[in-house]
Amino acid sequence: MFETIRYEVTDGVYWLYLNRPDKLNAFIAQMNREVKDAVKAASNDEEVRCIVITGEGRAFCSGQDLSEVDENMDHGQVLRDQYGPMIKQIRDCEKPIIAAVNGVAAGAGFSLALACDFRLISERASFVNAFIHVGLIPDSGNLYYLSQLVGHAKATELAMLGEKVLAAEAVEMGLANRLIQGESWEEDVTAFAARLAALPTKAIGLIKRSLKATSTLSFEDYLEQEAQGQRIAGLTKDHREGVNAFMQKRKPVYSGQ
Amino acid sequence: MTSFEFIETSMEENGIAVIYLNRPRQLNSLNRKMVSEIVAAMEDYDRDENVRVIVLAGVGRAFSAGADIDEMTGDDPISLELLNQFADWDRLGLIKKPIIGAVKGFVFGGGFELALSCDLLISASGTQFSFPEVGLGVMPGAGGTQRLTKLAGRTKAIEWLWTGERISAETALTHGVINKIVAPELLMEETLKFANRLAKQPPLSLRLIKDSVNKAVDYSLYEGMQYERKNFYLLFASQDQKEGMNAFVEKRKPDYQGK
Repeated sequence: MFETIRYEVTDGVYWLYLNRPDKLNAFIAQMNREVKDAVKAASNDEEVRCIVITGEGRAFCSGQDLSEVDENMDHGQVLRDQYGPMIKQIRDCEKPIIAAVNGVAAGAGFSLALACDFRLISERASFVNAFIHVGLIPDSGNLYYLSQLVGHAKATELAMLGEKVLAAEAVEMGLANRLIQGESWEEDVTAFAARLAALPTKAIGLIKRSLKATSTLSFEDYLEQEAQGQRIAGLTKDHREGVNAFMQKRKPVYSGQ
Repeated sequence: MTSFEFIETSMEENGIAVIYLNRPRQLNSLNRKMVSEIVAAMEDYDRDENVRVIVLAGVGRAFSAGADIDEMTGDDPISLELLNQFADWDRLGLIKKPIIGAVKGFVFGGGFELALSCDLLISASGTQFSFPEVGLGVMPGAGGTQRLTKLAGRTKAIEWLWTGERISAETALTHGVINKIVAPELLMEETLKFANRLAKQPPLSLRLIKDSVNKAVDYSLYEGMQYERKNFYLLFASQDQKEGMNAFVEKRKPDYQGK
């Protein structure tokens, strides 16, 4: 049913491949829609406990396909209709999402990686806030996430100068969680995803909910939301399993329930 | 209590009665019989001295996605006027006990009007509210334009009613349409917690406060204050007033009987 992406579900992990390798996985409207629909499907699928977004071929995602841009384009409306709903779907997802950045992540491709919970990067990965090079501003939530990740000063620099950030530097500035060296890329990403998929999924979702609330709620309201989150987590089977495993001095096996 | 086709009811502890809209496959869209059943259940509870608080909630993923459109397509002005379906809604406005609405998912059209007929609204996060009637060439008919305007003010009410756009729970909270947002998983638990708080309050005070607050919406300040004071005097005829004041003096918790 998808044409610009493909997916497979293996051992509770939903692998979402951006699949326009000859275009360096650049976004067209259809791809925005398909990423959104795929993330929604993965969110609603009880079997899925982790999502990995990665690129087919040598790029992660090179941003908007400029061949789709003409002088009559209403850039604001494109964000409202295409990119915004996609990014919002990712933000609403209560399962862990990994961006496995296998190559260049430029423009909205950079933003897509930022919207995920983890960024695992290969040696070939790079990040470019390319918008400024065509007289535009970072979009698709880019600066919202970027300033939280690397701080205001560094976000300003990356947005205004549009310089390429290479893999090692990306880890150093807190943009990426892990740099995976050499040949073990697929293996290590798979292992990391499997690790996340084996965690208490409901609690992971509630952690995401709490983290989001830190930027929208007052401290008092946050504490109330935290109490509600802990109440929900306290009712899960995984919480019981965790406690029982601890008492019985064995490793817990979480079901995600 | 009589059995119902489109709603379900349950009595919880401490005099809390819950009415569930129960057409989950139609996202609890309201047909006329369902509204009659809601009103009948409310009136029964209003007369039952064991009931202190009424909770209105929905089965399934939505509170109510609106009125049953199929039921209305063949109507004309005279058939509607003769049917006088909105008289049921007037009776809803006469319920004296506290009504707490527990809303989630979609709260659209007639469902939104039903929610606005509650005294307090507790909303699951992610809930969306809207009056989409304008998109069908009509408008709300069960109090939507009146209640929303009185709650949120003309400025936002007319914008929302003209556009039919969806209102997020956060926006609804900002504009005073709802009281509280809670995690969806805990909607009923938190609502019942709040209902329990009210169930411990003196029932006569709650009823006369509701009566007076409702007058504040329609009366001039002077008339409203005259009205309020009559209710204030009236409460001094109650046992609960003696109990409340004695408990305060004796530094103990009051135990209210609703007498």
